[in-house]
Amino acid sequence: MILTRTFARGWLGAFATAAVLTVLAGCAQREPDAAGPPPAMRRLTEQQYRNTIRDVFGPGISVVGRFDPLSREGGLMAVGASKASITPSGFERFGELAESIASQVVAPANRDYGLPCTPADAKAIDDACTRQIFSGTGRLLYRRALTEAELARFVALGDKVTTTLGDFYEGISFGLAAMLQSPEFLFVADVTEADPQAPGKMRLTAHARAARLSYFLWDSTPDDALLAAAEKGELDGGDGLATQTRRLLESPRLEHGVRAFFSDLLTLDAFDHMQKDAAIYPSFGLTVADDAREQLLRTIVQHLLVEGEDYRELFTTRRAPVSGALGMIYQMPVKDPNGWTEVEFPKDSPYRGIVTLPGFSALHSHAGRSSPTLRGRAVRELLMCQRVPDPPSNIDFTQFNNASTTKASTARERLDIHNTEKTCASCHKIVDPIGLALEHFDGAAQFRTVENAVKIDTRGELDGVKYEDAAGLGEALAKSPAVTQCVVNRALAYARGTSVGKTDNEMVSWLHAKFESDGYRLRGLFETIATSEAFYAVSAPKADPGATPPANTAALEAAASPENRS
Amino acid sequence: MKRKLHRRSVLRGMLGATAVGVGLPILDCFLNDNGTAYANGAPLPLRFGTWFWGLGHNPGRGIAPVSGPIEFRAECAPLEPWKQYINYFSDFNAPMDGRVSAVHFTGWVAARTGTVPLRGGDVPDPTLDVLVSDAMGGNTRFRSLDLSSVGDPRDSYTLRSAGSRNAAEVSPLALYNRVFGAGFTDPRAAEFKPDPRIALRQSVLSAVREQSQDFSKTVGAADRVRMDEYFTSIRQMEQQLALSLERPKVSDSCVRPPQPAEIPVGVELETVTAVHAAMADLLVIALACNQTRVFNMLFSQSLSMVRRAGEAHTHHTLTHEEPVDAKLGYQAEVAWYNVKSMEALARFVSAFGKVKEGAGTLLDNTLIFANSDTNNAKVHSVDGVPVMFIGRAGGRLKTGLHVIGGGDPISRVGLTALQVMGLKLPTWGTASLRTGKTITEVFA
Repeated sequence: MILTRTFARGWLGAFATAAVLTVLAGCAQREPDAAGPPPAMRRLTEQQYRNTIRDVFGPGISVVGRFDPLSREGGLMAVGASKASITPSGFERFGELAESIASQVVAPANRDYGLPCTPADAKAIDDACTRQIFSGTGRLLYRRALTEAELARFVALGDKVTTTLGDFYEGISFGLAAMLQSPEFLFVADVTEADPQAPGKMRLTAHARAARLSYFLWDSTPDDALLAAAEKGELDGGDGLATQTRRLLESPRLEHGVRAFFSDLLTLDAFDHMQKDAAIYPSFGLTVADDAREQLLRTIVQHLLVEGEDYRELFTTRRAPVSGALGMIYQMPVKDPNGWTEVEFPKDSPYRGIVTLPGFSALHSHAGRSSPTLRGRAVRELLMCQRVPDPPSNIDFTQFNNASTTKASTARERLDIHNTEKTCASCHKIVDPIGLALEHFDGAAQFRTVENAVKIDTRGELDGVKYEDAAGLGEALAKSPAVTQCVVNRALAYARGTSVGKTDNEMVSWLHAKFESDGYRLRGLFETIATSEAFYAVSAPKADPGATPPANTAALEAAASPENRS
Repeated sequence: MKRKLHRRSVLRGMLGATAVGVGLPILDCFLNDNGTAYANGAPLPLRFGTWFWGLGHNPGRGIAPVSGPIEFRAECAPLEPWKQYINYFSDFNAPMDGRVSAVHFTGWVAARTGTVPLRGGDVPDPTLDVLVSDAMGGNTRFRSLDLSSVGDPRDSYTLRSAGSRNAAEVSPLALYNRVFGAGFTDPRAAEFKPDPRIALRQSVLSAVREQSQDFSKTVGAADRVRMDEYFTSIRQMEQQLALSLERPKVSDSCVRPPQPAEIPVGVELETVTAVHAAMADLLVIALACNQTRVFNMLFSQSLSMVRRAGEAHTHHTLTHEEPVDAKLGYQAEVAWYNVKSMEALARFVSAFGKVKEGAGTLLDNTLIFANSDTNNAKVHSVDGVPVMFIGRAGGRLKTGLHVIGGGDPISRVGLTALQVMGLKLPTWGTASLRTGKTITEVFA
């Protein structure tokens, strides 16, 4: 959804239409038909990789290394992962990680957890034990049983290494390293087969369904029970699928899945490289940044999972955990300076709703000052799924040049000057009234009432709803249909790893109606998605892109002549 | 007892084999009497790299608007000592063909890919360096070294496609460890004894390759394209392992550098400058040691977040919020940052100028494609994005020239760079950026 001046005029009308659609869809009990996206393969995200290693090899294995970043598409890295390749430097890093992990798995301290058998002679080949290790681990890493040929390949590799180095565990280590570098592990592929229920159409294999379900709800590989259910055909639908879905939803691992979803939705990976100026914000160091991210996730998990509360109340809640480091930002003492203290802020407190938490307000600020524009844009794009256009090029800044921003004391005054340029104003008026409501929080999320000795005016407006401050903004967000529709849209896209398109409108409306009737409970939304046919549906693959290479690619191929390889 | 190595005996055994991929440091004994080529007449290896800075120059303050010998103005003054190694290209444009410009994005994508993106984030064609490394970068330990001095590996403008970005090294220490750490074979080490585990790691890659071939058959056509890149990555790692089994030869400029200290990364100017300088010094030795022939260095992002410590404004926010000084006629603070960018570029170039190679320096055998994203950051203009060639590319370039494009497609500059690097491309670019016209003035 792109915001333009024209669109902004029809803003409320669009939501009225959406509300009607929602009501209509809610009347229909049956899930609408969905063609599903074409099959794809998604590169594991860093967190999926880490979760998988932990769940397969145990929590004692350190995953130390850098991962090539993924791009966001449609607002989600989960979608960008379906376009991501592995570059030479990325492969180099995966190789280093694989060797490090494999050597830890076979280390004496970890063998009992990671390896199911002990060789008769630790200096010699033991094919039976090698097969047992590789078949069991390979099944979890590849999310399916290894074929006999694959098993033979890894056993042969392990035997060769054992013979050369005279160490059984070195053989296991090299074999595991090979598995961890192979594409079956690094990519989650939508493997398909002919659908016996629909001649001429394809469906996901049972193992692919298990992987899709597990990475959605746990952000990790399927466990043994889920793979066993897949192998028995229990994931094809009906009671078996419902039983397994409920089991995953009741597992403690669901928290990993919820954290991963909101980390992606709220772009919390940006914390990895966020910087605040030490002179301007001396309280905001690395620990505060880490705790700000953690606070936001803890708030979400507590509210949505532990307490099972309404999603909309995330924007009005006065409760949040506060760490000792964050106490400096809140300028308040905390009971447990070395841990987390649950705090309920007073009714007149400015801290209300997740957009007032440092994990949102400091993240969407500059290094040395707040930014109503960045914050407003984040609300529109991340929480309401509305795309704010980029600033235009070749702007006539004549009026702006004649004014001096140095005369401005507050962000509002600076933006007022900026918005004397009409082209700029058309978009700023969509985002700034949101961000200005958060101006009581500086770039480090510290509360203030004045900026450069001038009282801050936090009045604003969201789609016709006027408010006085951040609390009012939270109320407006909680009542906005775009907010609940957005989380449904993103959840479906995240679960399938594919952007939601026009063909999914009916499905999104149906999901939203179910979400609404369930009191906007996240667990219910996830269950509806995970047991829907649309979640597993696949359509025919796209045409071979190799048939019409881009002009530059064709030129590249022509250029790769032997004489250029000096 | 030292045994004198005669160049003919080495070349008979080794140089003839370079076509199959032995990448070794350059020995003076390989060279002809003038030090400009190998003794058998083959030219010294060419290197190609890019250097990026955000937000260009203030209008009219980078270079005098006259073609011919370069006349730098204030914001390019730091480059004055290197003027005779530079060609500067101005007034080359990126026609939009009805597409909307994505600010701080379209400009550099057009200059580096010859294609105007559909939207922000869209990179439909490979960047120049990827084309060059595909053609010549596979015979060294690393296909390319990709570096950024602003602390975020995502700040890297080298991509095969939007989903395939070569993530940047952001720490000098990490760069050192990757290039000169455990995997580096020191040509000056007294003893050469390949690690027996290398051969076993090759066996691991063989298993991975076989596994990947099976896997590739199960995915759709679009994903097979991504698998092709995966296979390229395997090949590169195989190449890396094969090279570590070769005994490297001593060369004058290939001396393992001292390990740099761990220094903080970030966007404060002092930090950025220190990281950039440390990386430049490591990079040139990596090139001298033939660890790679392709590199990318990003000094600041297109939306430059570089700032002075204690200052709320970044370079970028200043371009939009600093008023034009009535007396000076330009944005003075922005100008200060712009000069800092060019000081960094001069520092980068000077590192190349210090590495002796044959009769000249590394700069004589290198082409650095330096560009920004805009020629007027205040208004996000994508026309006239400044581009420079730095280095003489093995004598293939005439240098010291300012070429004014008169609004011609900026892809002419990219095509020229590609042809200089030996890629036999008749045309390059798409839509209105598709061109077959090189800039002949700069060919030697």
